[in-house]
Amino acid sequence: MKELPQVSPDPGTEPVPGGPPGGPPGGPPDGPPQAPERPATSSTRLIVTLASAGALAGLVIVLVFGWANPRIMAYRAKILREAIQVVLDSPETVRTYYVVDGALSETPAAGADTITAEKVHLGFDAEGKPIGYAITGQEPGFQDYILVIFGYDPDTDRVLAMKVLESKETPGLGDKIFKDTAFVAGFRQAAAPLKGVKPGRGTGSDNEVDMITGATISSRTVIGIINHRIEALDPVLGAAAVEATTGTAASATEALATRGDGS
Amino acid sequence: MKATTPQQDLIRGIWKENPVLVQLLGLCPALAVTNTVANSLAMGIATFFVLVGSSLLVSTFKKVIPHEVRISAYILIIATFVTIADLVLAALVPLIHKELGAFIALIVVNCMILGRQEAFASKRPIGRSLLDAVGTGTGFMIALLMMGTFREILGNGSILGISLFGDGFEPWVIFILPPGGFLTLGFILLAFGWWEERKSVVVRVRQWPHGVATPSREEAA
Repeated sequence: MKELPQVSPDPGTEPVPGGPPGGPPGGPPDGPPQAPERPATSSTRLIVTLASAGALAGLVIVLVFGWANPRIMAYRAKILREAIQVVLDSPETVRTYYVVDGALSETPAAGADTITAEKVHLGFDAEGKPIGYAITGQEPGFQDYILVIFGYDPDTDRVLAMKVLESKETPGLGDKIFKDTAFVAGFRQAAAPLKGVKPGRGTGSDNEVDMITGATISSRTVIGIINHRIEALDPVLGAAAVEATTGTAASATEALATRGDGS
Repeated sequence: MKATTPQQDLIRGIWKENPVLVQLLGLCPALAVTNTVANSLAMGIATFFVLVGSSLLVSTFKKVIPHEVRISAYILIIATFVTIADLVLAALVPLIHKELGAFIALIVVNCMILGRQEAFASKRPIGRSLLDAVGTGTGFMIALLMMGTFREILGNGSILGISLFGDGFEPWVIFILPPGGFLTLGFILLAFGWWEERKSVVVRVRQWPHGVATPSREEAA
């Protein structure tokens, strides 16, 4: 390897007997008098320089954030809208409900963040009848958290469809949970609670989903997420379904706004 | 400090002192995110932007920044550009931003960037620093693209997501997994070293008769 010509030793950094030149600023010089390469800078100047640089940096970042954040949020909303379209089989309208104290509510709990609050998305068909709920869930998979959205009809206790929103599973193995169309299709109209079976070992029961060879943990996690979320939300959704069916005509038209026009 | 021409400042980082292939700097992103050409390109552009921006600022304010806090000041400047790059990528190319994940934020600790500030931008005029940053950034991008192309072709049978071999190709998955990064870098460095070695042998052989001839001429004179 060649010697890098530009990395020449800086004379200012050579150790000076009697204390380095960059020692505590303002301290009394001890030892034999040395002609320092660089006069010590006052602490005030150091603090002022760093503080003003930090303030400028902060200002620039705030400006860029103001430009970027609406776009990032719009993208997230678009991804979610598209996913809801998939897992609920193209609903005409979608309403979002927040889960507050074990019941569905159109407004989040006081003080809750609308982005992180637990919520479900109820889809309606063209006649205003509810199709089912789109529910998201997240649990650790093989590499990292797997984020799944699935459609669920509480009246028939069936999963409508499943889509993986985020995962970092191993390429070629664990990523089959969203690349293997047969696995994804296996969730259509599967009865809850789901039961993962090895391919070809199923008994033909409605609640069986074929797992993926080589991606046991990833596919088990996806099935687990759906079962746990249904278990947690079923009492809430069962009660709310009645109320939702009666009040659909009015709310469905209102809900057009929530669907947006991005999809 | 050896004097260099502007051309040398620009060209040096691209090939002769390529940050990844010769100086072995910035290996963390070079290993981690080069599993596809698109990721390599995005990482290369982001790093290029950060390097050029920081070199420009460091060179502009080199007289204002006190010597004692220069590293903190450089890191502050670099971190600001990284945050900007992070936000812009998230807003414009969200899919690639998701793939690159934490490695965008980790550009802050890319020693190649801090190295250029400390070794070059803090001592040279603005124009030269810009040339140096552009050269080094381009060299980094070239190295990343070499690795990305190699790994995507072998590991996924495609370039920029376009399939090359059809369905019959069984991808060599190890090359898009982390071990593939080390293997690829090893092979590229091997080829690079072999080529450099061969070149220097050729030069030595060519110089041989000349080197013999010179003293004899001096003796004759």
